[in-house]
Amino acid sequence: MNPAMNPGVVGNMAPVATPWFFYVLAGLAVASGLAVITRRNAVHAALALIVTLLSVAGLYLMLYAPFVAGVQIIVYAGGIMVLFLFVIMLVNIERASKERRFNRMWPVGLVASCALMGLLISAFIKGRALFPDRMVALPEASNTQQVAAMLYGEAGKMGAYTFAFEIASLLLLVAILGAVIMTKKKI
Amino acid sequence: MVPITTLHYLVVAAALFALGVIGVLTRRNVVIVLMAIELILNAVNLNLVAFSRMWGNLHGQLFAIFIVVDAAAEAAVGLGILIAFFRNKETINIDEIDLLKW
Repeated sequence: MNPAMNPGVVGNMAPVATPWFFYVLAGLAVASGLAVITRRNAVHAALALIVTLLSVAGLYLMLYAPFVAGVQIIVYAGGIMVLFLFVIMLVNIERASKERRFNRMWPVGLVASCALMGLLISAFIKGRALFPDRMVALPEASNTQQVAAMLYGEAGKMGAYTFAFEIASLLLLVAILGAVIMTKKKI
Repeated sequence: MVPITTLHYLVVAAALFALGVIGVLTRRNVVIVLMAIELILNAVNLNLVAFSRMWGNLHGQLFAIFIVVDAAAEAAVGLGILIAFFRNKETINIDEIDLLKW
């Protein structure tokens, strides 16, 4: 049943996404994020990063952002991770997997990062009045259309982000040229 | 059961961000450092999408899409630099990348 056809149903439906989904996805994301930065083998780290990306995509779905979730799966888990895996196969991992994993300054980095996380969370909790508890239910069925209207504009007018979209295409072009030139042996 | 609010998402994003910063600061393998940067960018994206839902408009989601574009460009250029470096010095250890150090 297409919810866009009868919008009255959407408001009355009990939400499918229960808090359990959130806790499972968040736990999976953090646990596999921990695996990314601790695994000795870079391929294992890449696979753990894919699990993190997929669970973050699930969190996007819970936040009524199906288009961003799709982009996350297609571009991140599909494109960028294939790039990472290719580079891991190109450089030799045997030597890197025998060496020490962490540099000499790792206790400092660990303490500094944990202090940063504590600072962020205490700031969130102290300033929780800034984050109202309301969670607006965005229209999910027309999400892609609304994103497209803001990106490309509609009815002949430019959208709010059309110019930024064109600049982003230029950025990707420059990045592709740079990557090709840097990886070529002889230009 | 406590309903899930924006604050829950912000805490998860802060944890992912801290994990990414730990990876950048402590690992010696450049590929894994780049993956940790992807973790940081994902934490920022999660914040933006959560705020987008809190305010009920789509600007946060648009910003998240642009950050995905930036992440793709950053990964391509970073891995290109990594391959060029590996061709010259036969290592991907970040402690041995000190050509510009005086």
